[in-house]
Amino acid sequence: MRITCPICGERDRREFYYQGAAMARPSEDAGAEAFHDYVHLRDNPAGVTRDLWYHEGGCGAWIVVERNTLTHEILSTELAEAASLGDAS
Amino acid sequence: MQFSGWRVLKEGLTGNKGWTPHWRDPQPKSEYDIIIIGGGGHGLSTAYYLAKEHGLRNIAVLEKGYLGGGNIGRNTTIVRANYFLPGNSEFYSHTLKLWEGLEEELNYNVMMSQRGQIALFHSDAQRDAAARRGNAIINQGDDAEMLSVEKLRQMVPFLNYDNARFPIYGALLQRRAGTARHDAVAWGYARGADQLGVDLIQNCEVTGIDIEGGEVKGVQTVRGAIRAKKVAIVVAGRSSLVAAMAGMRLPIESHVLQAFVTEGLKPCIDHVISFGMGHFYISQSDKGGLVFGGDLDMYASYAARGNLPIIEHVMEAGMALMPRIGKARVLRSWGGIMDMSPDGSPVIDKTHIDGLYLNCGWNYGGFKAVPASGNCFAHLIATDRPHDAAAKFRLDRFATGRGIMDEEGTGAQHNLH
Repeated sequence: MRITCPICGERDRREFYYQGAAMARPSEDAGAEAFHDYVHLRDNPAGVTRDLWYHEGGCGAWIVVERNTLTHEILSTELAEAASLGDAS
Repeated sequence: MQFSGWRVLKEGLTGNKGWTPHWRDPQPKSEYDIIIIGGGGHGLSTAYYLAKEHGLRNIAVLEKGYLGGGNIGRNTTIVRANYFLPGNSEFYSHTLKLWEGLEEELNYNVMMSQRGQIALFHSDAQRDAAARRGNAIINQGDDAEMLSVEKLRQMVPFLNYDNARFPIYGALLQRRAGTARHDAVAWGYARGADQLGVDLIQNCEVTGIDIEGGEVKGVQTVRGAIRAKKVAIVVAGRSSLVAAMAGMRLPIESHVLQAFVTEGLKPCIDHVISFGMGHFYISQSDKGGLVFGGDLDMYASYAARGNLPIIEHVMEAGMALMPRIGKARVLRSWGGIMDMSPDGSPVIDKTHIDGLYLNCGWNYGGFKAVPASGNCFAHLIATDRPHDAAAKFRLDRFATGRGIMDEEGTGAQHNLH
């Protein structure tokens, strides 16, 4: 599996740390239920998913990777700071 | 059909013509008391214990493929009870005891082999942790033994004791741990359940769960609608997808875990050996193949295959621990889909929907749990009360924060187990 870092280009999967589903952190006063959703609950789709990867062995960018969990195909990547993250709830 | 020594002898002398299929191939009825979604190890053992211990008969197991075609057919077959935390401790103690009686219980040779599991440690601090774990295991009523490095050298002289990064200081041994023949476990439970009247229905994928007024009414399948008073979900890596049919979102992320087997060799590894620091463990099958595995690929996946970096990592760890296996040729590798929970511990619980029960979150340790998982899940389904050994496997522990069972101590977060 090779992931295209928007800054560094296509790199080996081993350069990246996987964080998990790309979700926006709830606001501090969102309440316990919202944080439970954010920390624990997952759509966990069999198919296209969006998750956060960290280019640990490269430029240090956080990247939103759109990929297929059934085939491991990488569909698109973009810098997390430019992406709109999914709602936790 | 029952097995016996006489039967084997008779069949051997008469051309093995008298063996019959181990279970029926029934058509689904329009209604059951209990439907179990998932004909893997956990689903089949649940069906068996519902019939055997609770006297229930009107039960169907719905399997989308063939019986035992999922993780029960593709694991590394290790059985042990060396957990530390309350909750896990009593549960795995219960499962090991069930394993020990399983062959007589099922009249089926599951090739249970209590060859002992050796868990290595590599520092003084790890020795202390192993001693603490060992004491907890003894307190739960099971066996644990600290091995000095001298004793360990006598038992397994072929390890690389002087590895620069992870020198071996000793090990924690559980003699009653070992391996079992994974397929036979599924087949034994399937035959036992079938003989007690359970309908095992293959090629019957569930496509929907019918719920009315907060109460489960049945399921939709590729072979038509089936009504049921109770529905139990026990589908391992597919848990999120099936639970979504009931409108539920689970604290589960599915990951791929790879394993490997070499060509058959003469007996050379007598135990299960766990090299935790290298994420490597190994045993030798009765056919002679070295069966070994390592860590997750560490990204959400439903592809029943992994990527090369983990394969390389596992091979490196194996070579670091026992360089002599370098000449063994790897026959094949495979991947299974694990239902990873945030704290690394499972869920056996009711749901907020009446009559809908959930068994999931087995992470990478589901095989050894098969007997007790079915036993405890059956108890919950039949009586609506949790079994004592699985009372802490609650679904709501993530929402409330009470009773989190983070055995590894890494934090109750998805990417940490």
